[in-house]
Order: sequence, then structure tokens, then C-alpha cells
Amino acid sequence: MSQFAINLIFVAGSFLIYTKIAIWARAKTTREFYIAGGEVKPVFNGMATAADWLSAASFISVAGLISVGYVNSAFIMGWTGGYVLLATLLAPYLRRFGKYTVPDFVGSRYDSRAARLVAVVMLIVISLTYVIGQMTGAGVAFARFLEVSSTMGLVISAVIVFFYAVLGGMKGVTYTQVAQYIVLILAFTIPAIYLSLQMTGNFFPQSGFVGNHVNSGTPLLHKLNEVVRELGFRDYTADVSNKWNMFLFTLTLMVGTAGLPHVIIRFFTVPKVADARWSAGWALVFIALFYTTAPPLAAMARLNLVETIYPQGTEAESVAYENLPDWFRTWEQTGLLKFEDKNNDGRIQFYNDQNAEFNDTVAAERGWEGNELTVNNDILVLALPEIANMPKWIIGLIAAGGIASALSTASGLLLAISSAVSHDLIKNTLFPNISDKKEMLAARISMVGAILIATWLGINPPGFAAQTVALAFGMAASSIFPVLLMGIFFKRINATGAVAGMVAGAGFTLTYIFSYLGWFFIPGTNTFPNSPEFWILGISPLSVGCIGAFINFTVAIGVSYATSEPSAELQRMVQRVRYP
Amino acid sequence: MVDKQKQNELTQRDHEYWAANLRLITGILIIWATVSYGFGLLLRPYLMGISIGGADLGFWFAQQGAIFTFLSLIFFYGYKMNKLDKEYGLED
Repeated sequence: MSQFAINLIFVAGSFLIYTKIAIWARAKTTREFYIAGGEVKPVFNGMATAADWLSAASFISVAGLISVGYVNSAFIMGWTGGYVLLATLLAPYLRRFGKYTVPDFVGSRYDSRAARLVAVVMLIVISLTYVIGQMTGAGVAFARFLEVSSTMGLVISAVIVFFYAVLGGMKGVTYTQVAQYIVLILAFTIPAIYLSLQMTGNFFPQSGFVGNHVNSGTPLLHKLNEVVRELGFRDYTADVSNKWNMFLFTLTLMVGTAGLPHVIIRFFTVPKVADARWSAGWALVFIALFYTTAPPLAAMARLNLVETIYPQGTEAESVAYENLPDWFRTWEQTGLLKFEDKNNDGRIQFYNDQNAEFNDTVAAERGWEGNELTVNNDILVLALPEIANMPKWIIGLIAAGGIASALSTASGLLLAISSAVSHDLIKNTLFPNISDKKEMLAARISMVGAILIATWLGINPPGFAAQTVALAFGMAASSIFPVLLMGIFFKRINATGAVAGMVAGAGFTLTYIFSYLGWFFIPGTNTFPNSPEFWILGISPLSVGCIGAFINFTVAIGVSYATSEPSAELQRMVQRVRYP
Repeated sequence: MVDKQKQNELTQRDHEYWAANLRLITGILIIWATVSYGFGLLLRPYLMGISIGGADLGFWFAQQGAIFTFLSLIFFYGYKMNKLDKEYGLED
């Protein structure tokens, strides 16, 4: 059977499952539409949260990102550590409060329409930025594996999401996410296990990571350090000099994770407060399965790539272009791999030509005239099955997994956006008197609107679409996380303080980001060049969200103490949230 | 079920429950920060001498160990809070 047919079977099969779930999980009330009736079991909620969390970018790019070296460990700790904050500081109390959306909590806790609206604006900016990448990700996955244009792939994805999100709301989204999680985790771990067995003889990539490399008998990471050093790169496990920025970046990712609305609303769907705590644990179990596999996969895939180019070892001649297997040419056509024979010897020299000392010594001796292979890091996951000679069905599985990761995250985000519009804007601000039935209609229409806008933006991505990490995590860390935390743990914070804090925190963060990445991300409009020597106190624009959070806390506390105490009724409400 | 009385006035036991929760959270966040920002980041240069199968301890914590610790922390918190809820008759 051809690879195309196998991919088609896997993707179509997964879509059939999602559609079946969509028909089964239709929402009949707004409670079902917003929070799946509040009846989701913690294990299922954990899986759905994991699918929500593991985006197209994580699935395709995280292993490549980590393979750069130790510095990108920030992503691994950042995208998992936030769940400890969620489990202890937010999820149980927000569940106890029993609301439908994040702005709903903010609006009720501070008894303020202004606070609610500011929260809605933050939520929409965060979620919209995030969703565009998912839509383009789905389109790209389609284009790679199913030979359709990426626009066509995006439209097909939108139609599938439309089915279960409009019909089923949170209920449909939750149970399709459970199915999508299973597809994506199999697609991610099976190739990793396969590679781990090949390279280290260990079934679990996590133990292969600290195990021995089969061919050389030395520890995997020692071998990897050795070969990359011989090619002029820094050691794989080399330490970094700017720990301060790495520290702030990790903190921003953790705090930002805990402040992302599409993750938080998942904890509204469980029956009890205790379930909210358990489901944070389950969510991290399923996320950890992914994030503890990614680092071994990254290390092994990088070593595997070097071994493919230098089959006799890095000291010997590299591989001749004509002897390369077919997959190399296939991926060359996509532009993810580029070969340029600079010294015309018909062989591929792959090394670090930015290393002057290496250029003058080893490269000069061996007659190398520059690095000849450019590798896009996404290739580590996408081309892995072919590089490591895995069977065809694994490629089909990766196709279905890549699309599942994009769809599940997109639908969670679309739900966060549409419920904020229908519940917070339409029901709680504009037309407070509409019936449950009318609100349900409004929720469905908002969902249709959100899907159409996200599809359009996915086809015509604006400049800020590439800034998910800066914009979504920076804003979530500096606006949403502090306002929720203070809403639970500081009774004294009033509406004026909350609004001032959010505006100051997010305002500062955005200003800092725009100063380096361009105002509204328009290229060329940046005030300072975006390089470490121009960063204030060595803080990169991607790491600034936690400073914004600190400003939010300071301003909110200062303003609250300067103005009147919240009403006795509100303070009692905060107290109630603390007891299950 | 929370009775009307409890909704309006906090008893001594309520204060104890909340204080116990805050203590637990503080302890958990100290460990949370130690394994990630400590071992995985700032203390890594000092832990270079200890190795786990080819990785130095700090590197292993940054890419594996921190996540395993986070997991244990969340389940530990869930377990402790369930016990606390029962002790104070606060299960919902």
C-alpha cells in the first residue's frame, strides 16, 4: 500500500471517531455547553487538559527546540511546572466558585463590570494569538502528509472542529480531546520507543536517555557531546552563561501556563473540588508522558542525524550525496533540509562553521569550505520514521497525531473565546435578561464566529501569529494569573486594584515586548534592536511576563490599600471559596 | 454541606484548616522551586560532580527529574488535602 493511502486511512479513521463523538456528545443546556455539565471524571479531564495543552507546535517543534541544547530546558520545566501552581493555587478554588468562564470569576469576585471586560479583552488577545498557530499547524500537517494545499487542509480541519464544537460545546470538545490525546501520544511515543530501542536497547526513552549508546558502549549523552564537539558545536549538555534570563523565562512560562484561560476552564468541568486537584495531577501525568519523552527523543534524533551524515564516525569521510536514502530528497523538496555542495566533493559536510577556531583548524585541514547542510529542527519529529527506517504505518500515525494535536488545542481555545463572548459579553453585560435557550443560541453563534475568524486568520496569518510565546504567555502571566491568585488569597484586593493591576502588568509587558519586537509586531518599528546587549538588565522580551506579573501584584495591592475595602459580602464570598 | 452559620463567620477550626492548607502549599512550592530553579538551573554548576548515566544531576533535573517531582507534589497535595477535608468535615 502506498504511504499516501496509509496516511489517508489513519487521518480519515481518526476523523470518523471525532465525528461519532460529536454526534453522541451534543449539548442540551448552557451548563453542558460551557462546562460539560460539570460531570467530567478527573482522569478524562486530565487527558482532555493534556490534549488542550499539547499543541501543534509542541508536537512538531518541541523535540527540535530541545535538541538545540540545555538552554531550552526552560520550555520543559516551564510547560510542566505551571501545573503545580494550578493544582495548589488556582484550580480547586476556582472550581469551588462554580463559574463558567475566567472573566466570569473575575467579574463576580471583584463585583465589577470593568474588571470583567478587561479580563475578556485579555482572554481574547491571548487565545486568538494562540489559535492562529494551531490553525496554520493543522494546515501544514495536512499539506505534508495528504498532498492537499495547506489552505484546503485548514478548511477541512475547521469543518471537523465546527461539528463537535458547535454541536457539543465543552462536552463535545472534552470527549474528542480524550480521543485526540490517545492518538497524539501514541504518535509521539511509538517512534521514540523505536528509536530508543535502536540506539540504546532500552524500551523506555527515559531510561535510554541515561543509558549507553549501543554502537559505542559509552553513555548516550557522552557520545552525543563527543560527536557534536568534533563538529565544532558546543557540548550538548553545556551550561549557559545567562542563567538570569533563563530563570525569568522559565518563570514566565510557568506562571503563564497557570494563567491561560483555555487550560483553567477545564477545571470547571469536574464534579467536586477534590476532583479539580486530582485532575491537575492526571493532566500532568499525561503531559509528563510527552515532556519526559521529548528530551530523550531530541538527544537520540540529533545523534542519529549525525550518524546518518557520518556513517563511519565524525573523523572519517562523510556520506556521499548520491548514497543518501530517498527520504533525504523527499524532505529536500519541502525545504526543511537544504544541501549545498560548497567544496564540490559530492559529500555532505555538516559542522558548525560559525566556530572560527574550528574553521581554521579541523575544517581547513579537511578541505571543508562551509557547512553544507541546513536542517530545520522540525525535521527531527517529522522525518524521524524515515530516517530511522520505521514501518510505514508509523508515518500514518504521526500524520494523524500532528493533526490531532492541532485540532484539540484549537477547539479548547475556540471554546474559551466563544464562551467569554456569549457568557460575559452577551449574557452578563449586554443582555442580562435573555433566557438559557437564547444564551445557548448565542454561544453556538459565537462559536461559529470564532471558527470563521480563526480560519480566516489561519489562512492570512498576521505578523503577531508567530509570537505565541511572547504574547500569550506574557499576557497570561502578567494579567490573568495575578488577578485570579489575588482574588482567592487576598481578601483586601478590590475592583479598582484588580483593574489597575491588570492594566499596569499587561501594559508594561506589552510595551517591553513591542519595544524589541516592533510595535504591534510590525517589522522595523522596534525601538531597540532585539539582542542581549540592548535588553534592560539582560531580560529578553520573551521573559518579561513574570516581571509584568510582579508589577501587577504591586500596583493592585498599592491601589487597593489606597482605596476602600471590598464589601463585607464580597469578603465572605472569598472566604467561602477557600472551603470545599 | 456548608451551613449558614459557617458561611458568615469563620470558626477557630476554619482558621486552622486554612492555615494548614497554606503551610502545605508553602512546603510544596519550596520543593517545586528547589528542583527546577535550584537543581535544574542556578545550582547546576555546583552539582556537576554528580552524574546520572552520562548526564550531570542538574541537566537531568532540568530535562526529567523536575517533571517527576512536580507529579509527586501534585498527587501528594491531593492526598493531604483530602485527608484534611475529611478531618475538618469539609468534603463536598
